[in-house]
Amino acid sequence: MSTATARRAHTARAGAAGNGAAGTPRLSGQLAAFGRSRSGVLTGFAAGAALLLVAAPALLPIFSLTLLGKFICFAIVAVGIGLAWGRGGMLTLGQGVFFGLGAYIMAMHMKLADAALFGGTGVPDFMMLYGSGTVPGWWEPFRSPVVTLAAVVLVPGLVALVLGLAIFKRRVKGAYFAILSQALAAAFAVLLIGQQATTGGSNGLSGFRSFFGLDLADPANKRMLYLLAAVVLLVVVAAARQLMHSRFGELLVAVRDQEERVRFLGYDPATVKTVVYVLAAVMAGVAGALFVPLVGIISPADVGVTPSIAFLIGVAIGGRATVLGPVLGALGVAIAQTSLASTFPSFWVYFQGLLFVLVIGFLPGGLASLPGLLGRMRRRKDDADDGSLPSASKES
Amino acid sequence: MELLIGQMFAGLSLGSVLLLAALGLSLTFGQMGVINMAHGEFIMAGAYTAFVVQQSLGSAGVSLLVSLPAAFLVGGVMGLALEGLLLKRMYHRPLDTLLVTFGVSLILQQVARDVFGAPSVDVRVPSWLQGNVELLGAPIPLTRLFILALALACLAALALLLKATPLGRRIRAVVVNRDLAEASGISSRRTDQLTFFIGSGLAGVAGVAVTLIGSTSPYLGPNYIVDAFLVVVAGGIGQIKGAAIAAFALGVLQSVFEFSTTASIGKVLILAAIVIFLQVRPQGIFTLKTRSLA
Repeated sequence: MSTATARRAHTARAGAAGNGAAGTPRLSGQLAAFGRSRSGVLTGFAAGAALLLVAAPALLPIFSLTLLGKFICFAIVAVGIGLAWGRGGMLTLGQGVFFGLGAYIMAMHMKLADAALFGGTGVPDFMMLYGSGTVPGWWEPFRSPVVTLAAVVLVPGLVALVLGLAIFKRRVKGAYFAILSQALAAAFAVLLIGQQATTGGSNGLSGFRSFFGLDLADPANKRMLYLLAAVVLLVVVAAARQLMHSRFGELLVAVRDQEERVRFLGYDPATVKTVVYVLAAVMAGVAGALFVPLVGIISPADVGVTPSIAFLIGVAIGGRATVLGPVLGALGVAIAQTSLASTFPSFWVYFQGLLFVLVIGFLPGGLASLPGLLGRMRRRKDDADDGSLPSASKES
Repeated sequence: MELLIGQMFAGLSLGSVLLLAALGLSLTFGQMGVINMAHGEFIMAGAYTAFVVQQSLGSAGVSLLVSLPAAFLVGGVMGLALEGLLLKRMYHRPLDTLLVTFGVSLILQQVARDVFGAPSVDVRVPSWLQGNVELLGAPIPLTRLFILALALACLAALALLLKATPLGRRIRAVVVNRDLAEASGISSRRTDQLTFFIGSGLAGVAGVAVTLIGSTSPYLGPNYIVDAFLVVVAGGIGQIKGAAIAAFALGVLQSVFEFSTTASIGKVLILAAIVIFLQVRPQGIFTLKTRSLA
């Protein structure tokens, strides 16, 4: 929906930007890539949908299915990061904040609902333990399922809107933006840990029994939750693809590569960046809200600086500027982590560190750029004087 | 009055720790546009150097004096290695350097866990730094005073180095305009290496300082890195002067916020203050004047 609006709003003015921006060789390479990948993305999307919605529920036991659901949540966050970082050049190191906002809002609702259903007192169990034994005022709105569902989308979106406007309108960018978003994640985690009586502190919120009246112990409901996450992922991927292929998506790439030129053409890069930052935040928030019922716990350890940055590695491995790269990368890393980290915890940390170093340092376009890179190397050998090599996506 | 003095000093003391952590970071940031997330782990390496030195020498007083230069060397060599192996390939990609060095910091943390174990270790404070002095009725811990003096000494030494030595002139020239400096016969390669050695060495010194006020664990780096970054951002990238002002301002502000609210709310207020400050001065307190449009 937002894509269509953006397209209509920009069609009138965007022609000049498209042409002007295409004047630089780096951009023309980027724009040409739009057309080429279209059928590939559609095939991949259809195969992915069949795999996620039909094959996985039929083949996997419920435990693995729930685990896959958790990975899908990370993949949803990754789609947003792919848009903001890969397409928009905004290195956001604080997606854990938005993930956490969505997750904690959902967790608060589930805690309140459980307390009303099973507790008798109507007060969540941990509050009886640490707190005053009364529900704090700012928890109250989340008793309502409707408010909760709206807040899961709106709260991360609004936080990102305010921050995005404050940061991008003043042309704070690059390293400054990255560090501020990182500080935000640190502050959020500290805040959660500090308010033990109302947020569960470093233990977080856990022990949920029902999800909107459904029994969470029932495998059928877990399957339903998984399917919900899978559908959300597919919707988010489709939306991201549409956005990337719209005028707005071209404008976003133009802002990433030549922000000053885009400004000279009469656009406000701050608006473009803020819109994408908000979108990425909403995706992370929704992912967080799905994460809580699937995984059954949310704690500051899931939202601080390190998990926020760890979200990026899958995106980088898959290919930050592509549609499906972030999704596949995030799923791959999550699967590798689960299978390796439990048996070789120390090895996994070394491996993760090396992944960051190798992928970011030596393959910034991710695995998605590998075929193109190899092809180019072969062509360079064949035709040494071909001067117009499309460069791999890099940003400063 | 005592309370006020006490709070002010707590702020200055916090600021001096921030300054120690941020000085080297600011230097390398300005020099190469490199955002070194592993700087926090260099601080940790300095702290463990102090621990190892004390284990082998025994005397707390002597080992403190030995570990300061030793930690400088350890931090510096680690910085040189990082620069030579990775960062020199990544000019013009500052955001990517952040992620690469994050990978390095993950590895270094795990190395520390594997070598020294996950539980924290303590470095003994020398007897001549134990106790308090009275300042207008408020007790001031001697260790804090020592750290303040150390931070000011490092600041002065770095300012002198940048201002008055040939190396300082070369560093400033490369910061302002790398190509022109290169054209004037300055080896930017060598300057980068020396800058990184000094900047990372300062992280090592900061590590020794923090052993005086807390214990040392593999998780020490992340505690300091975010705050150190905020100091650099608020001060203006590559501005030593700005880093000093920002460090003490943030230190005092944080101790005031924490005193009037709680530690966690104080942290959030600090971040809000910085975002608001950047609305007024988006490039920090001091800005490097260049002609570049980007």
